[in-house]
Amino acid sequence: MDQGRRALTGPGCARLGRALLVVVPVAFLGAFFVYPLVAILGRGLVPRGHVDFAAVGDVVGDSGLREVAWFTLWQAVLSTALTLLVGLPAAFVVARFAFRGRALLRSLLLVPFVLPTVVVAVAFEALLGPGGPGARLHLIPGVAAILVAHVFFNVAVVVRVVGGLWANLDPSREEAARMLGASRWRAFVSVTMPLLAPAILAAGSLVFLFTFSSFGVVLLLGGPTRSTLETEIYLRTTEFLDLRHAAALAVVQIVAVVVVLLVLTRVQERLARGQRLVASRDTARRPRGVGPRMFLALTLGGLALLLGAPIVALVARSFGIGHGGPSLVAYRSLSSPGSALFVAPSVAIRNSLEFALIATVVALLVGGAAAFVLARRPSRGRRALDTLLMLPLGTSAVTIGFGFLIALDRPPVDLRSSPLLIPLAHAVVATPFVIRAVVPALRSIDPRLREAAALLGAAPGRVRREVDLPIVGRAFVVAAGFAAAVSLGDFGATAFIARPDTPTVPVAIFRLLSLPGQLNFDRAMALSTVLMVLTALVVVGLERLRVGSLTEF
Amino acid sequence: MAASEGLRVEGVAVVLGGRRVLDGVDLVVEPGETVALLGPSGSGKSTLLRAVAGLEPLDSGRITFAGDDLVGVPPHRRGFGFMFQDGAIFPHRDVRGNVEFGLRMAGMRAAERAARVDEVLALVGLGGFGPRGVANLSGGEQQRVALARTLAPRPRFIMLDEPLGSLDRLLHDRLVDDLRALLRVAGLPALVVTHDHAEAGALAERVALLRDGRIVQQGTLSEIAAAPRDEWVAAFVGLERG
Repeated sequence: MDQGRRALTGPGCARLGRALLVVVPVAFLGAFFVYPLVAILGRGLVPRGHVDFAAVGDVVGDSGLREVAWFTLWQAVLSTALTLLVGLPAAFVVARFAFRGRALLRSLLLVPFVLPTVVVAVAFEALLGPGGPGARLHLIPGVAAILVAHVFFNVAVVVRVVGGLWANLDPSREEAARMLGASRWRAFVSVTMPLLAPAILAAGSLVFLFTFSSFGVVLLLGGPTRSTLETEIYLRTTEFLDLRHAAALAVVQIVAVVVVLLVLTRVQERLARGQRLVASRDTARRPRGVGPRMFLALTLGGLALLLGAPIVALVARSFGIGHGGPSLVAYRSLSSPGSALFVAPSVAIRNSLEFALIATVVALLVGGAAAFVLARRPSRGRRALDTLLMLPLGTSAVTIGFGFLIALDRPPVDLRSSPLLIPLAHAVVATPFVIRAVVPALRSIDPRLREAAALLGAAPGRVRREVDLPIVGRAFVVAAGFAAAVSLGDFGATAFIARPDTPTVPVAIFRLLSLPGQLNFDRAMALSTVLMVLTALVVVGLERLRVGSLTEF
Repeated sequence: MAASEGLRVEGVAVVLGGRRVLDGVDLVVEPGETVALLGPSGSGKSTLLRAVAGLEPLDSGRITFAGDDLVGVPPHRRGFGFMFQDGAIFPHRDVRGNVEFGLRMAGMRAAERAARVDEVLALVGLGGFGPRGVANLSGGEQQRVALARTLAPRPRFIMLDEPLGSLDRLLHDRLVDDLRALLRVAGLPALVVTHDHAEAGALAERVALLRDGRIVQQGTLSEIAAAPRDEWVAAFVGLERG
């Protein structure tokens, strides 16, 4: 195949095009990801021109910071376990049961995953915090609220990754085991589980990554005593201006993430190994009998409670329901700056939309180019490129924002005062999502279509334009939705680089939360509701255009 | 017939994944002639076709057409038509979009394209199918679209890879007749890959029998059946006949 493809490529123009496909993403990530990362490493490990592990040693030696690292780890492990506990039944239900509203449920399940962390934190605050219906549980601030919020976010990951494989598993193997005398449970454990194991591992690693580098949720729900590596980096930077230890913490964080990412890549390679798959519409059945119906009802009910309650509480309270009846007071006040805010929240909305547009365009260009390169058969160089391109997925937004802060404020790259700084950071965070959405669609294209086009007279570049692009067009639309959602919701990176007069919506919400008074909290809830609606519109709207179940998320 | 006309395949070898899939193949297709490549699966038929199309690089040997050496000429500059097994219809284009693809690549003007598409669609018995989507076409209709797409840009040579392989018997027999008529009308030299004797006999004047990457015998089917070169040929021809 590879040889055949080599024969397909003409000289000159086509070679230039192919080079651009490699150069654009490598240059972009080199400047806006690797360079800031190296700057962090420099600050943390080479503070005075020579390698010095003192700062990292401080981190490891300091009992307070050891505590932070330990908490980061165990809350991530516990969050992952809980998410799998909730997510696996949900994945089963979505994959194997045919019921009314299933397609809608699949779309809705995506919403929590793309909701901004700040919005989710405010929603749980509205549900469980003072004045909320769950206030008597006294979960906020505390670890329990963090864990529940993490499950809320990541259930979608498990449903997508595991459910996607589950729906496409050929049920005839399980049926064969049944015919050989295995009970339903036995057949599940001995046949289906081993086939699902790689997907469960992959989903688990992703959830672990996301919760390990959780920032907004911990900062807003954890209270002053609970700190993860992420929030500690932020506090060290913004409160104590202790960049050296912040950098050392970031080094620890990066190393941990790289290790997890390497394992994840391995697992996914195994996952990609050919399995006989059938289209999902063949495997879903209407639930029959009392047992399956109960299971379906309980799972759907549990999901509705977990995912619905915080959102309902947020929206209801933002309209003043429960505090003197429905009113638009909080929303009306969004157009005025109020005390202690530099600009009106409505300005933040406009900022967020502008940044999202720029970040989406950049991420589509960079991620799209990279996807075309990666979709070809794996070679050693391509695998290295794959890892480079996927690293931002594992690197937390906080690390990226911190890297931007310390690297891009002086020559050779001085963007300190550039309005592009924020959308560029968002694009770095969003690019891996674009790649994830586009590569599978590209790989799904029958290579004979390209050959057919070539034999009808299309040069290689033309083949890409005429065959590849139109077919992956819809995957690009989905990717655009993800990128926009990432940009709209980002708090971790923006928190480091937003200037007081150019806040994004999440930053404005965060500032409102730190101000005293009920009205400020009401405004935070109103602004959160606005951001949630914007994000949901973008994602659910684009989800409707999804290409089969080809995307990996 | 001068040696420089038609397709000449000389000593062609192709190595794929360390295996010598083609091993010194010599083959001639004269102008206007249809030759069928016949052989068991894995004998290298499709690889030979792909090598002629330029989709597989040669390990050694030479392929010329009308006297021009084709080594180094990429597939899109060969001016050959290729009909894939199962059609390889573009799923994102309607019937017209599929058929006019080659015409657009050739830079033909829209009005001329429209006329040519209608002409070719009528030729394959799909008059009026232009605006239809391809997803809902039957297997036979898809094959006809693929054939129309192959013929539309007036290739100087066409290749058909198991053109009717996936169709049911009844449809198959009807399309074999249509295809033969079309090849005769077009007067094109053609190379057809098939594993089906009846199809080879019906479509082609001459048959080249392939085994393990080598051509073991060439001629009309009846010539081969009358004087098989060895026991394997006798068994292969006889078996399929019986």
